[in-house]
Amino acid sequence: MTESTRPLPNFEESDTAPFWQGTMDRQLRFQRCNDCDTVIFHPRRHCVGCLGRDLIWHDASGLGTIYSYSIVRQSYHPFFRQHVPYVVAWVDLDEGPRLLSNVVGIEDPSSDVHCGMAVRVEWEPHGDYAIPLFRPL
Amino acid sequence: MSIQQRDAAIVGIHEFPSRDVEGELSPLHIKAESASKALADAGLTWSDVDGIYDAGEGGASGLTIAEYFGLSPTVIDTTNVGGSSYQFHAAHARRAIAAGKARVALLTYGSTAHSNVARIGTGGRGMGGYPADNLESFAGLTLIANYAMCARRHMFEFGTTSEQLAAISVATRCHAMRNPDAVRAMEDLEFLDIRETTVDDVVNSRMIADPLHLLECCMISDGGGAVVIAAPDVARDCRHKPVWILGTGEATKYPGGGADITSSAAVQSGPIGFGEAGVGPDEMDIAMIYDSFSITVLTILEDLGFCPKGEGGRWVEGGRLRFDRPSEGPALNTDGGGLSSNHPGMRGIFLLIEAARQLRGESTAQVEGAKLAVAHGNGGMLGSRHSAGTVVLGGD
Repeated sequence: MTESTRPLPNFEESDTAPFWQGTMDRQLRFQRCNDCDTVIFHPRRHCVGCLGRDLIWHDASGLGTIYSYSIVRQSYHPFFRQHVPYVVAWVDLDEGPRLLSNVVGIEDPSSDVHCGMAVRVEWEPHGDYAIPLFRPL
Repeated sequence: MSIQQRDAAIVGIHEFPSRDVEGELSPLHIKAESASKALADAGLTWSDVDGIYDAGEGGASGLTIAEYFGLSPTVIDTTNVGGSSYQFHAAHARRAIAAGKARVALLTYGSTAHSNVARIGTGGRGMGGYPADNLESFAGLTLIANYAMCARRHMFEFGTTSEQLAAISVATRCHAMRNPDAVRAMEDLEFLDIRETTVDDVVNSRMIADPLHLLECCMISDGGGAVVIAAPDVARDCRHKPVWILGTGEATKYPGGGADITSSAAVQSGPIGFGEAGVGPDEMDIAMIYDSFSITVLTILEDLGFCPKGEGGRWVEGGRLRFDRPSEGPALNTDGGGLSSNHPGMRGIFLLIEAARQLRGESTAQVEGAKLAVAHGNGGMLGSRHSAGTVVLGGD
């Protein structure tokens, strides 16, 4: 065993801090513009659909589908190399945002993951915060 | 052809031959040596250069690169958009020359990725400075897996197969085996069983990140190169026939808004570049397409309009991309590509260099009478944020 852990975000980075604060309540948050309804993800301080800045944070349901994925079989990263093979995926949340994450809780990644598969968020705690991972429904 | 603007031409090229400098040279050494040899190739010298184009990697910056070369340029451009930086540089150099701001532009690249044991494809992505990295780095997405997700989605939507993708690796290896520098590169980087490959070889090689196999992934070499681009009156007096820059296009693409990762920023840059050149993809003799991975080429061939979206798999199978089958379409990456000749991290400059060799008639996999080439670079990561630079080139 090594002591290395999953690389954690800077939970206080200004654009993404509200997202990470949401994970304390196990909520997946995203922004929508109050003026033009544009969904903003990754989070920002300004709207990319209009010239406004009136962005409202919303809680997503945590349900989504796998847009695409890969099974990582070779990694030189000190943490991830211990976990190969593992699944990385783009997950489309039902509300629109697309998240990069891992798909967990599967027996055989070669046969048990596919594009279009329905998934639900699952939280991996790190202190008060949590990392959003996804598990097939 | 008469309406084409012939504002600037590639007049000098050099590809640094070694792919393993054994830690004895720096990226700046490679840049300077390549620059001097590209200038000599053109019949020019340092003092002729008034425009510098360099992505700023390897210890140089816009502030210091002129000093290192000992120049006083009037144009300095350190655009860095990853591996396609050199397509952007060529586009910008042509515009600067057309505007009368420069007459001789020098493009340089140098890298010691191999000597540094840089795990570019499999190291896992570190935290960058961009806010989105703070939402993505926890997932352990390797660079190869990023591209693999494009391949997976392409397979899901269009039925593309690993055997079809393998045709791209097979064609580039065929060309590499004709290029002594590529063969030596594979020897120096300790490739096993160096020979022409088959589709079976590729799909039976080790899976790195599903669905991409080892032989669908580029090498990590040392290397570099330089390109000299000059105004028409300068070009006429150079040692070789000019290779004209006929059209250029630039673009970026990024996640969000349900972005379709089966297509790339080439969808934007391609029509701009071909439109400016007044020629179409069906007229290309040579396609120098950034082959970081098999899927990169397949996606870009579709995006540039060589075949409709989703039909790339069927289009590439059977060997039509080989240099000796010109009636079936362009020859792909006739130097051996990043897959089998040279990939020190940002390969874009070699796309320009080999395209120029073909249009001069100097390639080791020469297409007889090649007149038109496209050099298309992809920078960043195809499955997330990336750049596209299309450069259409014509012989004299």
